[in-house]
Amino acid sequence: MSVDLGLSPDQESIAELFDGFFSNEAPPAVARAAEPLGFDRDLWNKVIELGAPGMGSAPENGGGGASLGDLVVVAETVGRSIAPVPLVDHLAALSLLTDADLVAGEAIAAVAVRPADANGIWSLVPTGAVADVVVGVDGDETVVVRSAPPMSGPRNHGSMPLADRSAREGSRTVLGPASLFDAVLDRWKLLTAAALVGIADAAKELGVAYVKDREQFGVPVGSFQAVQHGLADLPVAIDGGRLLTHKAAWALENVTDGLLDWANNDITDGPALATMALLFAADAAVMATDRSLHYHGGYGFAEEYDIQMYYRRARGWSLILNDPTTVSLSLADRLFGSVEG
Amino acid sequence: MDFSLSPEVIEFRDEIRSIVREFVTPEIADRMHTTGVFDAPELNLELGRRGILERACPGLGKGDPIEMYVMFNELEKAGAPYDGLAVALMIAAVVNKLGTDEQKERIIPSIISGEALVCMGYSEADFGSDVASIKTRAVKDGDEWVINGSKMWTTLAQVAEWLILLTRTDLDLPKHKGLTMFILPMNTPGITVEPVHTLGTEITNATWYDDVRVGDEAVLGGENNGWRTMTTVLAFERGVMGGTNAGVPLLRHFHEWAEANGIFDEPTTRERMARSVIDMQVATLLTMRSAWIAASGGMPGLEGSMTKVFAVEAYQRASRWTQATAGPAGLLQFHEEGAAGEGFVEYDARHSPVMSIYGGTTEINRNNIAERHLGLPKSR
Ligand SMILES: Cc1cc2nc3c(=O)[nH]c(=O)nc-3n(C[C@H](O)[C@H](O)[C@H](O)COP(=O)(O)OP(=O)(O)OC[C@H]3O[C@@H](n4cnc5c(N)ncnc54)[C@H](O)[C@@H]3O)c2cc1C
Repeated sequence: MSVDLGLSPDQESIAELFDGFFSNEAPPAVARAAEPLGFDRDLWNKVIELGAPGMGSAPENGGGGASLGDLVVVAETVGRSIAPVPLVDHLAALSLLTDADLVAGEAIAAVAVRPADANGIWSLVPTGAVADVVVGVDGDETVVVRSAPPMSGPRNHGSMPLADRSAREGSRTVLGPASLFDAVLDRWKLLTAAALVGIADAAKELGVAYVKDREQFGVPVGSFQAVQHGLADLPVAIDGGRLLTHKAAWALENVTDGLLDWANNDITDGPALATMALLFAADAAVMATDRSLHYHGGYGFAEEYDIQMYYRRARGWSLILNDPTTVSLSLADRLFGSVEG
Repeated sequence: MDFSLSPEVIEFRDEIRSIVREFVTPEIADRMHTTGVFDAPELNLELGRRGILERACPGLGKGDPIEMYVMFNELEKAGAPYDGLAVALMIAAVVNKLGTDEQKERIIPSIISGEALVCMGYSEADFGSDVASIKTRAVKDGDEWVINGSKMWTTLAQVAEWLILLTRTDLDLPKHKGLTMFILPMNTPGITVEPVHTLGTEITNATWYDDVRVGDEAVLGGENNGWRTMTTVLAFERGVMGGTNAGVPLLRHFHEWAEANGIFDEPTTRERMARSVIDMQVATLLTMRSAWIAASGGMPGLEGSMTKVFAVEAYQRASRWTQATAGPAGLLQFHEEGAAGEGFVEYDARHSPVMSIYGGTTEINRNNIAERHLGLPKSR
């Protein structure tokens, strides 16, 4: 046990495998073709062949037993490719679900990130449009519901397969108290943060490649210092987001009774770190896509260019849980104690 | 990834913490703000006496970059005046790497015992970011070197025993090639020190060199090799000797005050505070990464630039919102009745601007990242 901030050799292989897979099977044209629903069944079938849907599940349930850090690596590749498959949500949901068809990926699971309303409706569930199974909170219970997916939903900014789902209609199982869901949500925040780091990374790459190539005034626009400095902030935010996300994974998996000693910057509490990672990675993805789009000039605004797809997903994936103020205030409660009265 | 410190490092950290508890008193903090010298001799001596400085110094003792990061991070979080110590240790490491045996014996023991400080004379009135263009001259005269010129921002010159001095020794060579670094006692005849008062209370100096005579024993790293020596200095700093968590004590001071005054329940305040806590955590992770790269045998120069750009702006953001949130109370200085965060809120608003200036400005660091990390063409 001592500081090691590099990916393990296994994780390097996982990153290479998944980056390779997505760049072959899911170049941005695939995400584009899957809009507006944001789901490509053929691609999901190939993800199943990779064994990805169950890779985080326990071996005794037929899963791959991958560590949280491994899943973070995978989620980042999903973000980098914006592949239209619900792997992040599915992997998060499977922290609590062990059904064989879910582990195999034949059925898709979603996480209802916000509790059901008084009528038992989970609104705007990410992956809700295509998921066969949804796990979430209804009243004071954590429940899992199997029901037919609508296969359509409201058109949205991030071209995400969102839909309202019922927590009461369909085959419903009560898993336990509402608090049981915390671990699912922590994992969802963690993996979504990793995916947002991936988005930021891809947006940076797109921007850098563009400004090296595009010439104005007889020189590459990437030789202008104003452009360089705007881009120079991106790898910093990306590396920071990646480190924070991996620290959250490490803490969620290895630390019990972690520290919340913010006054000495000593924080090893997994749930706090997962929320911190989500907030930070969301900002990184928003900044990276803003700047990359801007440095494309007019072409960045053209639908034909890919950066706009990253721009929309950076916002889509980061706002679907809740507005950042609400999320920050939940973090504040955990860090500083909640406000009395 | 593994974010846990080894048991040995934890023991080391706990030792630093106990020293901090004993030596970093409110009186010491007060003293740094009244004298303008950001150094605590009693702290340095204690760290020296316990062998900690030798242990942490790269190339000597254990020289574990993770421990060095831990030490300066603990000092910084506690609000200790550690600037003098950081410079001294860095120069001890450079002397150890590039110095002659005679220099090592003569200079290093005085530093790792915690007794001697070092000041750095690189910048001049007309050359800061473009430091390779400096004009202070060293000319060979028989067995001696004669140094003439002046330096600006020679921080700690009023208390340091040693001076590390960048000079031009060959006018015919390209600007990076004709430089030579010297290390000499500050009491060498011909050196004059004039204080320069700053916004952040720290007193730095302008220094003049009039026919300062030294022998070859003062050349550090070889004649006309000054730029390489400079690069070695920066490589040892590696962004792990503090300067990346200055917001932590500020947040602590602000929070105490806000709680006591019943304004910590405000959602806006809580949100900003939570955001700054995230920033501080990211800043420390980036710093830890540099230490880890160095511990794995790498050279985290570029990562140091990245860390500094982020950490400095994070601190400046924290300073801006804490002062604005405190309103009039954020204007009151140390020891004034009702001062927010016992005056630290006001003080940090005066201190934080320097962080994006010294030790390589944020623009210079962004140039580095753009050219060396992103591979963009040289800027115009
Ligand atoms: C309190 C304090 C303590 C210091 N202590 C020491 C010390 O102990 N020893 C020492 O040698 N020096 C010291 N310095 C000097 C410090 O390193 C310099 O101030 C710094 O390198 C910047 O140089 P400058 O002040 O000449 O600014 P300049 O180089 O004149 O810069 C002015 C502005 O122009 C920008 N700029 C310059 N070049 C570029 C470029 N290529 N691209 C884009 N923007 C650019 C800068 O970022 C800055 O914003 C200290 C400074 C301060 C304020």
